Amino acid sequence: MPLEMSSKILEVLEKHEAEVLAEWIKEQIGATTLRPDLLKEGELRAQCTKFIKLLREAILGSHIFDIQRPHWTPVRDMLGEISRSRALQGFSASETATFVFSIKQPIFARLRKSHDKADSLAEDYWNATVLFDKLGLYTAEMFQKSREEIIGRQQQEMFELSAPVVELWQGILALPVIGTLDSKRTQLMLETLLERVAATQAEVAIVDITGVPAMDTLTAQHLINTVNATRLMGAECLISGVRPQIAQTMVGLGVSFADVITKSTIAGALAIAFKRRGLGVRSLQPSEEHGA
Amino acid sequence: MERIPILRMGEFLLVTIQVDLHDRLATRLQDDLGESLASTGARGVLIDISALNTVDSFIARVLGNIAEMSRVLDAETVLVGMQTTVAMTLVEMGVSLPGILTALDAEKGMKRLRTAMRKGRANASHRQ
Repeated sequence: MPLEMSSKILEVLEKHEAEVLAEWIKEQIGATTLRPDLLKEGELRAQCTKFIKLLREAILGSHIFDIQRPHWTPVRDMLGEISRSRALQGFSASETATFVFSIKQPIFARLRKSHDKADSLAEDYWNATVLFDKLGLYTAEMFQKSREEIIGRQQQEMFELSAPVVELWQGILALPVIGTLDSKRTQLMLETLLERVAATQAEVAIVDITGVPAMDTLTAQHLINTVNATRLMGAECLISGVRPQIAQTMVGLGVSFADVITKSTIAGALAIAFKRRGLGVRSLQPSEEHGA
Repeated sequence: MERIPILRMGEFLLVTIQVDLHDRLATRLQDDLGESLASTGARGVLIDISALNTVDSFIARVLGNIAEMSRVLDAETVLVGMQTTVAMTLVEMGVSLPGILTALDAEKGMKRLRTAMRKGRANASHRQ
């Protein structure tokens, strides 16, 4: 794109910077897509001022409206940063993209005023539209990317949370399961449990399913597999927190927990685990019946 | 022909498998163990497989057979040191080795054998 074509927009930005800025901000505040609860006006003003400055520098440096050019890197970086912060704050995609699209109005108004010939005005309109559409799309793209990053991170966090193995006592491990058990999770659960059994040389492992809302035959099979694998390793695996509904479903489905020790509470399982390790719990208070 | 050594320790026989267990070696181990149990009158067998990275269905079956055979010859079998990946694979294949005792390491395995033997004696004397 030759110098001339970009010069009009540049001219508008240089001559009427303050007006464009004021109108742009007004436009955004007036728009239904602004979220005053999430973004303060002062912050918005600072972002707009910085954006116009970077935009001017980019046009001045490249004279070309190709936003992939290195001259446009600061503009792209800034848009990326805005998209990221707004994605984190909870803006929607259109709310974020409005930031760029709403600058069209004030700039187009200035372009119209500075032109007398319809031909060149149309051309300038077109150029400006192309530029701001590209920037707007880039913003939307970056917004989406940030959202995907957030979702990915949350998934990862949830996945990591899904199989915490805790040591209740020396040689006694517990794995509280919360949420629905799918194959991927059960696999991770089994791996973590077995690795911890190998690492701590624990003799008893308790799998607590209090937090499992429902159970089908597949989940039950996964649980039985966990018990069997633990046994093959040389440790014992108890299942605790079996709720009445689940017990009933299991019976109804014909799943047999015959070789598995099950308890309704984790306390009951812990008592068995203590017994296996040859330990006991006693009260430090002298009991009243026997006297002090 | 290579074979897996069977060591005698008091009332128990000790087998540590340090090489990759191929099919013929496994069946040979089963034969040798039967002979040793019969000739020594041992009351327990401890098999250490901590060095085994893979256990296929055949080997698993041989191990199960060894346990079964030992019981007939009045001896308990304890399998110690199975690796996590091996345990997971066996369970995936549906092998749970029901008749065999397990322990985390050789020391705990010995303890289990002694407990099992005491119980066995108590039961036997109870029956008389």
